Amino acid sequence: MTDTQSAPGGARRNLRMVLHVNGEDTEVLFAPYKTLLEVLREDLGLTGTKHGCELGECGACAVLVDGLPLLSCLVLAVECEGKAIETVEGLARGPTLHPLQAAFADLGGAQCGYCTPGVLMTAKALLDGDPDPCREKIREAISGNLCRCTGYQQIYESIEEAARRMRADAAQSGSCPCCEGTAP
Amino acid sequence: MMRLPWFRFESPRSVAEAARILEGEGPGAVLIAGGTDLLPNMKRRQQAPQVLVSLSRVEGMKAVEDGAGLTLGGGLTLAEVIGTAGLRARYPGLWQAASQVATAQLRNMGTLGGNLCLDTRCSYYDQNHEWRKAIGFCMKRDGETCWVATASKRCLAVSSTDCAPALIALGASVRLESTAGERDVALADLYRNDGIDYLTRRPGEILTRVLLPDAAEWTSTYWKLRRRGSFDFPVLGVAAAAKLAPDGSITEARVALGAVSSHPFLTRAGEFLAGKRLTDEVIAEAARMVASRAKPMDNTDFDVYWRKEVVAEFTGYALRERRGDDMDAVRLRTARRTL
Repeated sequence: MTDTQSAPGGARRNLRMVLHVNGEDTEVLFAPYKTLLEVLREDLGLTGTKHGCELGECGACAVLVDGLPLLSCLVLAVECEGKAIETVEGLARGPTLHPLQAAFADLGGAQCGYCTPGVLMTAKALLDGDPDPCREKIREAISGNLCRCTGYQQIYESIEEAARRMRADAAQSGSCPCCEGTAP
Repeated sequence: MMRLPWFRFESPRSVAEAARILEGEGPGAVLIAGGTDLLPNMKRRQQAPQVLVSLSRVEGMKAVEDGAGLTLGGGLTLAEVIGTAGLRARYPGLWQAASQVATAQLRNMGTLGGNLCLDTRCSYYDQNHEWRKAIGFCMKRDGETCWVATASKRCLAVSSTDCAPALIALGASVRLESTAGERDVALADLYRNDGIDYLTRRPGEILTRVLLPDAAEWTSTYWKLRRRGSFDFPVLGVAAAAKLAPDGSITEARVALGAVSSHPFLTRAGEFLAGKRLTDEVIAEAARMVASRAKPMDNTDFDVYWRKEVVAEFTGYALRERRGDDMDAVRLRTARRTL
């Protein structure tokens, strides 16, 4: 981090920092008051992460930081140096959708779609840690993601279907779904 | 769109360095841990500190020391507190309280120390700047009147921490560190019944540790009332801890209340319960005593008269659970999960 935030005399300056987003290091210059959500959307052009209530009440802005789902509207970007940030843009592998995205598309898990990126990222963290979560565990994990279309039933079913497909893929390839076969 | 105001950001690596910065900067500097309480306040301009001192890279803030009791670092996230080995079995009241704070995502961010120092809340205060300006502000920030009770000389904003009543019932204390040294305070004494000046923590002090006493032979529980089972601040928190004799009578007990005052506090029900068995009559009398101390104001969710009445009910639930009654159905109805 280059500390240029306040020169003597109170001049207001921006910060220059390298953020690790979706597997790539990106240098970005931003005002120190910016949240991770604002830097992602405004300075990195990653508008997949949605801007909802701005106060931590809706979950639309959920992204993964070091694998944990956090609300990017309440994370200071300056605190994210050296951390792995994953957004919805990083889910697909080239033209291949992540199983969660495919299941949401197939089962109507997204209606207006505004809550979807936050739900997908939160669900990804859940399935990364538990390839076969029960309904209760899914409910608990995404309880912070409000869907104003109220399509919760389809969201639960989409996550369960994605988990089923990921387990089937893992069984076929003989790899562990949590670590994509990288662990011994 | 609500932007944060400008501030200078400091990220010290040690408690001593953080304390030095706080001391040097004076009242313009504010500590930030998870940010889930402070940042919404800053967006609404309830707070506009010149300097933010981050605790996220401070070494030792996530310590867990297990012995006869348990010491938890103030910087542990609530998710990390819930995941602490043995916590659920030894201190179920704290586990239940921490599990019911906000949502999974916010528990990955918000810390134990932050929950204990949570700003008091009020429907006339937790509003954006334009809303508050339209009513002429309130005494907690920028104004002079308490809109909850206009004759009130003090701010009546409500304490909304879930972990504090649970920890007070468990007999916990906290360690406060500053450039002047460190001191341990019983958690109940960290609070003051004043919506503005709600903490006895001095400006340069950092809450670094939560110290839990030995819980052998103690059982504890936390009952939270909120509108949505998934995600809401408490409108009532009842925490009870009891040490039971082999014959089933109570040797020692503590009952604490949250969200019905500007501070979480210990009630006198503990003294009343000592030496007694938890019969229906004893539970009813203890519940009446506890409810008489609740002073909810009309500044948060639900009808204020009902909120007062329901204190006795919830105290009854907590004590019946301690007696061994099956309370799963009531839990499911009030908390949407069995806990």
